[in-house]
Amino acid sequence: MDSANLLTAVAAAEPNAKPREKADRAAVQVPVGNLSALMKRLRNDSTFAFDMLCDHTAVDWSEQGTFELVYQLYSTVHGHYLMVTTSVPRVSPIVPTVREFWRIAEFQEREVYDMFGVLYDGHPDLRRLFLEDDWKGFPLRKDYTDDFMLERPE
Amino acid sequence: MSVHITTLDDRVRLRQDDSSPLSTQEYFVNMGPQHPSTHGVLRLVLKLDGETVREVIPVLGYIHRGIEKMGEHQSYRQFVHLSDRLDYLSALINNWAVSMTIEKAANIELNDRIQVIRTLMAELQRIQSHQLWWGVFGMDLGAFTPFLYGFRDREIIADIFEETVGARLTMNYIQPGGLMYDIHPGFVKRVKAFLQYFKPKLAEYETLLSGNVILQERLRGVGRMDGQTALSIGATGPVLRASGVPLDLRKSEAYGSYGKVAFDVVIGKNGDCWDRYWVRLEEMRQSMKIVEQLIDNIPEGKHMVMKPAVKIKLPEGCYYNQVETARGILGVYIVSDGKESPYRIHLRTPNFNNLWAITETAANWRLGDLVAILSSLDVVVPDIDR
Repeated sequence: MDSANLLTAVAAAEPNAKPREKADRAAVQVPVGNLSALMKRLRNDSTFAFDMLCDHTAVDWSEQGTFELVYQLYSTVHGHYLMVTTSVPRVSPIVPTVREFWRIAEFQEREVYDMFGVLYDGHPDLRRLFLEDDWKGFPLRKDYTDDFMLERPE
Repeated sequence: MSVHITTLDDRVRLRQDDSSPLSTQEYFVNMGPQHPSTHGVLRLVLKLDGETVREVIPVLGYIHRGIEKMGEHQSYRQFVHLSDRLDYLSALINNWAVSMTIEKAANIELNDRIQVIRTLMAELQRIQSHQLWWGVFGMDLGAFTPFLYGFRDREIIADIFEETVGARLTMNYIQPGGLMYDIHPGFVKRVKAFLQYFKPKLAEYETLLSGNVILQERLRGVGRMDGQTALSIGATGPVLRASGVPLDLRKSEAYGSYGKVAFDVVIGKNGDCWDRYWVRLEEMRQSMKIVEQLIDNIPEGKHMVMKPAVKIKLPEGCYYNQVETARGILGVYIVSDGKESPYRIHLRTPNFNNLWAITETAANWRLGDLVAILSSLDVVVPDIDR
């Protein structure tokens, strides 16, 4: 499906999904409560057949007080891409895991937890990935500081 | 709602079963981070039963440099040189991935000369990377000679790169808006000489290693992974194609000059170590085929469509773009807020995703097979940790 058709089909499948503006490909934004249901549909429905979770990451929109979670999906059956995003508040960043749909999510989610502190509900083994288990703080947050950080000259 | 955070200690807590005097005890052993067959600082915590691997727990972060955080404080041009340091054996292709994302976002149109040279360089890099893998693969399985052969032939491509780029490993050659330098006057002649030299050598690779009984025994049927598992685990590149999924962005996206050349996407049948071995050898042939078709047809033109001094600002928005490196799909995700440096830059690296195939494929094989499986996945650790 091309982007326009794909967006229409996603909107029909999940009325709460809105197109995400300012993206270079077909992209939708869903409330966090609808994420699991939408992802399940995208994975299993043969019109979508997104069998690959290319990438999952987060963006810290510290001024808005939210984390935006980004999922890049690809279907080897139809050859189409879709970007799915959802927002969670920075103060209590809890989202359902999508590991049951794509196994790689287990590790991509661990990276996002490690770097942003996003908590994945239902994740079987949520722990630090790159940093040590007793590390304090989450480095890719915009307000992260530690004792070893260098001041950049202006 | 509460989410439970685990630690490595939790995972590695022994559960001893004393109920039967005959029961064997499972135990944990560290493989790495300084193990020769992990090619860098990769640590695998193995749950073993005798010599049989029950579970593999990769422990990462020994070469984590925070490239994504650094990227938030650098200009788009500066970030290109960090991409060399991901998968250093695909340095040029990584440069291309970042540059292409920026060019698409900033609407920079390139001429044919730039596209053809980029494609040529990427394919030479792919051959070079597979040469090194082949040598090291042989060494991991106990054959030392392939290592010497692989490095000997790799040197010739490194010389070709050095002549044009000035560097042998971390190139920083492909820039947003073109190439750092035009190709060296001797480039075409040298590449042709290499092709003539390497074709019989590749046949020699086959006679030296491929037909070897020990190698066949250690690879055939070992570490099988079917296509659906490979997709679900996010594997790409030769690892995915060996499992029979014909996903190659060079074909499906036809970026650069790949749309103008004829080549086959090599796929395997069984997804075992042998298929992963064979797919890479065959890919070297296909890469040579691509280079052959392009080397006489490098169009005239400038090597830069945009002066290097021009600062790049991307329009507000998010951009995701992927290319096929020697190891799989490298994706670059840039979120721009319109300033000179990215608000967020994320790299979807092929090795990070390929690595986890080890948790699926290595279970219930012997420790020696684990070395073969790991080597057939061809992981480069700095690319995992970033």
